[in-house]
Amino acid sequence: MWRPAPGSPVLQREDLHLASSTCETVGSFYTKSTFILLSKQSVLIHESADLSSRVAFLDMSCECPETSPEPLSPSQSFQHHDQWQSPAKYKLVTMSFVEYGDTIKDGDTAIVFLGHESMFPVKVQHGSMTQTKYGVIRHSTDLIGKKYGSKVTCSKGGWVFILHPTPELWTMNLPHRTQILYSTDISIITMMLELKPGSIVCESGTGSGSLSHALIRTVAPTGHLYTVEFHQQRAEKAREEFREHGVEHLVTVTNQDVCKNGFGVSNIADAVFLDIPSPWEAIGHAKSALKAEGGRICSFSPCIEQVQRTCLAMEEYGFTEINTLEILLRVYNVRTVSLQIPDLGKAAEDNSSTGFDSSNPSHQESPCGNLQQGTVQFKSGVPLREVVGHTGYLTFATKSLV
Amino acid sequence: MEGGAGARIREGDCAVLKRDEVFKAVSVLRRRKIIFEKQWFYLDNAIGHIYGTTFEVTSGGTLQPKQEVEETTTETKEAGTDNRNIVDDGKSQKLTHDDIKALKDKGIKGQEIVQQLIENSTTFRDKTEFAQDKYIKKKKKKYEAVITIVKPSTRILSTMYYAREPGKINHLRYDTLAQMLTLGNIHAGNKMIVMETCAGLVLGAVMERMGGYGSIIQMYPGGGPVRAATSCFGFPKPFFDNLHEFPLSKVQSLLSGTFSTEALPADPEENALVEEESNGLSEEKQTSLQETEEEPAPEAPMEINPTEEQDTMDINAEDVEFKENKEKENKENVREKQIKQWERRKKLKEAAALLREKNADGLIVASKFHPTPLLLSLLEFVAPSRPFVVYCQYKEPLVECYTRLRERGGVINLKLSETWLRNYQVLPDRSHPKLTMSGGGGYLLSGITVVLEKGKCDSSNSEALKMEEPSSKRCKLQDLPC
Repeated sequence: MWRPAPGSPVLQREDLHLASSTCETVGSFYTKSTFILLSKQSVLIHESADLSSRVAFLDMSCECPETSPEPLSPSQSFQHHDQWQSPAKYKLVTMSFVEYGDTIKDGDTAIVFLGHESMFPVKVQHGSMTQTKYGVIRHSTDLIGKKYGSKVTCSKGGWVFILHPTPELWTMNLPHRTQILYSTDISIITMMLELKPGSIVCESGTGSGSLSHALIRTVAPTGHLYTVEFHQQRAEKAREEFREHGVEHLVTVTNQDVCKNGFGVSNIADAVFLDIPSPWEAIGHAKSALKAEGGRICSFSPCIEQVQRTCLAMEEYGFTEINTLEILLRVYNVRTVSLQIPDLGKAAEDNSSTGFDSSNPSHQESPCGNLQQGTVQFKSGVPLREVVGHTGYLTFATKSLV
Repeated sequence: MEGGAGARIREGDCAVLKRDEVFKAVSVLRRRKIIFEKQWFYLDNAIGHIYGTTFEVTSGGTLQPKQEVEETTTETKEAGTDNRNIVDDGKSQKLTHDDIKALKDKGIKGQEIVQQLIENSTTFRDKTEFAQDKYIKKKKKKYEAVITIVKPSTRILSTMYYAREPGKINHLRYDTLAQMLTLGNIHAGNKMIVMETCAGLVLGAVMERMGGYGSIIQMYPGGGPVRAATSCFGFPKPFFDNLHEFPLSKVQSLLSGTFSTEALPADPEENALVEEESNGLSEEKQTSLQETEEEPAPEAPMEINPTEEQDTMDINAEDVEFKENKEKENKENVREKQIKQWERRKKLKEAAALLREKNADGLIVASKFHPTPLLLSLLEFVAPSRPFVVYCQYKEPLVECYTRLRERGGVINLKLSETWLRNYQVLPDRSHPKLTMSGGGGYLLSGITVVLEKGKCDSSNSEALKMEEPSSKRCKLQDLPC
């Protein structure tokens, strides 16, 4: 993420391709998200000091330590991060991810909205500039002090909207370190785990923190998230993000193997969420993390074989109400469709076909429905050509009283 | 806090009965007959037990906490491999209807009846292991009467309403409700506007997610807000301190600046009561008509009946001290009414003031009304860069709403969506999707507000024409004059 460009001062589009293609082996199950990532190309340029060395991708989403050409140790990446921040020492004023603020402040993470599904996050910093396809945004003058939701005109005369961050917007824009959970699954998980302010939740793995942000949002201000990630660098990255987003007091990140060492807490959780390759190995730990008087558990797995083993383990550990489901999102494009009226050989003067128009009162703009050309227009919600057909099975269960 | 898991069942609580996947909301009262899944019983014995306890219904309708029993594994592990020799002659069960009835009347435990049925089934041994499992499960469901008493939650109540009374909540399926809460970024500290005609279920869901922090303004049609489902949640009293309500019929006057509380009907509270009561009754009638085959008529669909709701609501709406006064003389009543009216007016003023700030953190709409006029007006009260979500049982009104919102401007990231929910049977070697799934749980239109520019109306026509193009293209087109 906040990584200096390897080699060249200005990153080319091709570089991004290269970097992300190295990762495809990791996220092989979902190639689609990898593809989406390629389209993001926002570059953050720091105004002060030497421009050339301060180019970083905001969303080097596919960063993958094992396969990237120059793996960074956690300490190294941390160092880079500090260096990056040093010119403008800022202090977080608002807890932006769990509390709405009206105006954009130094240190906020804001979402730059360019247009249809095209947006990226930006770290607001005095003196920084952000490059968009509509031109440059200067943080000091264009962002800080402005109202969230404002239209900001970029240097080339184009404009963007600056949005307040929410877990949902973050999910759509976060730097991927792993495959992530999207808002459709997150919403049913949150409801079925009965999360609310004050809930104590355990999660593993942390991954890219997509679900974590949503969980923190829901349990704030009195709840807590204990999240376990066995990958050291990912754990460190997550900690860093939580700090930047002003939610660190609501979350504890532990770097250990949940299957071997559990969640590091016992008898305090209202809910447990598992998104790991072998959840059945963690069911025992999940049970001991949950409160003695009970709680809810959820496991996310892409494959039915994983689900089967998990269900068996849940039963073995005395979980009840075991229920597996799958939720799919269907998005519709709103379109004006025109259908041609077939020519059945009727005389052109024949007005009997006006019936088509009167049955279509919804379209005031073109009341005659272009009868001359023989078409009828209507508005419709059209499904996308290709949609996500499977994310994963969600298995829920209740730990009941013994 | 109201104490989540581990809390004990107390008299007067709102609880939910659960048998397999069937739920029913009840208020826990002593010496009160409850009918649930063709059984009747009293909840007296449940009081004092922890939520989540499973009870057995014994003769005389008393509840006994279920002892953890070692499954009496059918000693004979005999099983067939296929059904080539199983003939359906209707004579495989040696026990007659009367025999079974006699067993039941004797008060024999359901578990034993199931055992007897197995022993008297001539084909049981020839059935495959899977078929035996299925047989036992089916019989257990019928004869072993166990119910679990659980604490209400959005998960449970929305599942219950969707299964039992989808008509009352406009067929809003629980996963759709879950989407609304997430898309709306509902969390503690928000100032939310909620417009719903879902019996108060959506309001309750929002209240649960806000945990008593922040404020909610409920917009209501008619004489008063319906909160039958809200009261099933059993929220602690402080949750209602920052719950406001505002009549939908006054929205226009509030927006145009002509609103005044003095212009309200002389006794708004009375109207509200009358209207609600009649509402409740007609709904009651409707559902009992629908459910006659399912359940005996005396059983109210929701155990909490309208008049009772009224009580709980009153308690919530006013101080308990007033309740004591109720039993006193008429003079007192008149005074009390005046106080109530004054309080109501005061609350209305507060709600109006909150709305006038036009800085709400979100808008949730789930009603039987056409969404377009609601959105066009209510979005005025929402701050920029905040999410809004509209539910509709049908897609077409949302298509229109989408179009009108694009014309109006001030919104981005508009999305019309629907979720599909598929349940699975997961058993060793027998995993597959459940045979039936819900046909539909409604549609959502969501988006984010942005600062609405002045003079937007002029360009609205041209924008409407260009609507079909991707917005990035439009940006470029509109860039030129900028």
